[in-house]
Amino acid sequence: MKPALKALVDRVTFLYEDLDLTVVKEWKETHRAKAVGYMPIYVPREIIHAAGMLPVGVMGGGEGLEIIKGDAYFQSYICHIPRSTVELALSGRLDCLDGMLFPSICDVIRNLSGMWNMMFPDRYVRYIDVPQNYDPEVGGSFWRRELAELRADMARIAGREFSDDDLRNSIRVYNENRTALNDLYLARSREPWVYPIAEMYLVVRAGCVLPPEEHTALIREYLQLAQREDDRKDKDHSRVVIVGSFCEQPPVGLLKTLERAGCWIVGDDLVLGLRWLIGDVDPDGDPLVALSSAFLANSTEAASRYEPGDAKGSQLIASVRDNDAEGVIFCAPSFCDPALLDQPMLVTALDRAGIPHTQFKFSEDTGQFAVIREQAGTFSDSIRLWSEV
Amino acid sequence: MTRPVDADKDRSMELQKEMIAGMFDDLSTAHEDGKKVVYTFVPGNLTELIRCFDLLPVLPEINALQSGMRKLSGGYITEAEKQGHSEDVCTYVKCDLGMLKKGNVGPTGKRLPEPDLLLLSYTGCFTFMKWFELLKQEYDCPVAMLHVPYSPDGKIHDHQRDYIVKQIRTELIPKLEEVSGKKYDEDRLKKMLAKSATAEDDLVHVLESAKNRPSPIDAYFGGVYYIGPMFTAFRGSDEGLEYYRLLREEVDARVAAGLGPVTPDGTMTKERYRLVVEGPPNWTSFREFWKMFYEEDAVVVASSYTKVGGLYDRGFRHDPDRPLESMADYCLGCYTNLGLPSRVELLEEYIRDYRADGFMINSVKSCNSFSAGQLLILRQIEERTGIPGGFIESDLVDPRYFSAANIKNRIESYLQMLEQKRGAGVGA
Repeated sequence: MKPALKALVDRVTFLYEDLDLTVVKEWKETHRAKAVGYMPIYVPREIIHAAGMLPVGVMGGGEGLEIIKGDAYFQSYICHIPRSTVELALSGRLDCLDGMLFPSICDVIRNLSGMWNMMFPDRYVRYIDVPQNYDPEVGGSFWRRELAELRADMARIAGREFSDDDLRNSIRVYNENRTALNDLYLARSREPWVYPIAEMYLVVRAGCVLPPEEHTALIREYLQLAQREDDRKDKDHSRVVIVGSFCEQPPVGLLKTLERAGCWIVGDDLVLGLRWLIGDVDPDGDPLVALSSAFLANSTEAASRYEPGDAKGSQLIASVRDNDAEGVIFCAPSFCDPALLDQPMLVTALDRAGIPHTQFKFSEDTGQFAVIREQAGTFSDSIRLWSEV
Repeated sequence: MTRPVDADKDRSMELQKEMIAGMFDDLSTAHEDGKKVVYTFVPGNLTELIRCFDLLPVLPEINALQSGMRKLSGGYITEAEKQGHSEDVCTYVKCDLGMLKKGNVGPTGKRLPEPDLLLLSYTGCFTFMKWFELLKQEYDCPVAMLHVPYSPDGKIHDHQRDYIVKQIRTELIPKLEEVSGKKYDEDRLKKMLAKSATAEDDLVHVLESAKNRPSPIDAYFGGVYYIGPMFTAFRGSDEGLEYYRLLREEVDARVAAGLGPVTPDGTMTKERYRLVVEGPPNWTSFREFWKMFYEEDAVVVASSYTKVGGLYDRGFRHDPDRPLESMADYCLGCYTNLGLPSRVELLEEYIRDYRADGFMINSVKSCNSFSAGQLLILRQIEERTGIPGGFIESDLVDPRYFSAANIKNRIESYLQMLEQKRGAGVGA
């Protein structure tokens, strides 16, 4: 690996492993500004950004955090991300966050917002209740009101009002960020051997802690540097899409394992919130209307989002087709209600489309990958050797 | 201690049995009789609205819990898991889907009709949304979606109410009109809501009778029977009105006579422990579970589970003068739609208002809406009231998660601890 790329990979690895959020503290110090955390999946980060604050994605503690206190707050049948998030907070690692947003994903994250209120009564907490009705006059009206309240709250935390133009500017910044992310995903889909999954994931994941302008530049730089790695060659791998990892994130070791087992991951729903909106948000009109309209009309298909028509699974199938994938791996966290309840419906859609699939579950701190490697390897072999897709 | 039950005092129980049996009879021949059927959920249910179109509600949760009580749920869950549903997810959902795959024969042995409409009232639980997405794949019928916003601060905000009312007007009523072939009749709805409010008064009177010593009711195990008609298909009906009038009379008579609650083994004659319970009961071993309490002379004087279908005891009433608005307020105020701080405040008030000397959580694996955060609730209640909490784990309808010996051991140990603390002058 050439030095420039190595430096970049070292940087994103540090950002991923740094559970103390050093970069957030440094940013706050440098900019004399505040930071607001958010849980997966989607929050309108544009509003935080427009207030001059840093949006910080809290994706749990991953594989590097020993859970000492967090387990005392959750029963064994509840997923891992809330317990590691509580651990991060109780150990002081989230003290640098001046507020915390809990989007509507599932009952666990919803209830976690109330726990936060009780555990940290002096901190700002907001539950982000996205509409499940997509009529602009009904769900849209509700969502615009929620966005307006969030805007007022962010201004209050930041200690300064911000204008519609500030918000339009932030919309442009995030449009550019999503464009860069899409370019990275397209490049990866074309030549997955050039952008190893672990590298790519860490570059994407850096968007949780970096300002969006810096993250966009990082993605662009990575795209250029990775292309210069001459020794990265195509392999006889299968091309797969993974689904189910939109909230609690799999350990990087698991992603590497899938790749080593013979699977190029050419589509995924990892850190989905960064790519929730498909296409650009209108940067010129009323910014809250623009954000609302984008959510109603251009949200990605997700297990936490009601599907009113008969299109369940259509986006997954489109992702398989568009990325020339040969199969789907359901890779959901244990006890993840949305992902696991969604799975049978997606399986039905894939079966109808004749797309092979396999499934396993993980926890963010899973450390043993031998069984998964064997399963993924067998799946990869089977679709390469016998698939008709 | 208990003594044999006097059958004359349980006319309301007989009436409820007749009502439920009649409901399932009506459902079994619904389509032959030219009636249309709406599947919907208990929390935030819009029974009066459904009934005012002469549609029959079917409540999959009730089918699942009835299947649990009749020892049918285990087989249904296994069937659903064979079909690819994860062992990690809600067993109500799997019980319902398993029942469907095995012929959709309801808990009373009669076949349930297919839905003409899925009315997804999405209140207090994300799983409801996934449940009806799953059912949508099984049935060729329209879906009407009602998204009820969460109430993190336990307060109702105008824009939340407006959102719900708009959905009822633009999404629900048009679909109910289409399915039923009838126009929306608000006057009819108002008459039903007036009956609801009267029955709600009676239900609150019954629940609050537990403030007496001895309590004439068990507000958890007995409470699930008392809320049955109100939370299901009978709110706003003449039958519901009559049931609650009768129940109120019976309970008043028990108070006057100084009697304790009726249990399956007769009337409790001694009240040693007054408990508040958080969380749903286990249905597969319901009577065995209840017995673990009344054998120790422990009576539940207030419970959160009996509030999943509405917090009537906190003043809410359906209001014929604000029909859709009050339905919206009802949806917003159901127990599991409230943020955890509001839930803790409610439980704390129950402990004080009902002079409870113990607090217990039955944490069910299936229901994250209830369960996520319960360990913090336990700590908060202990800190605020000085009363030690008990914690047991089971499931709604999966018999594999009811470990009788463990649960009995925990209950007994907990009650012994209360006894010791009482002797030492600690707690309430």
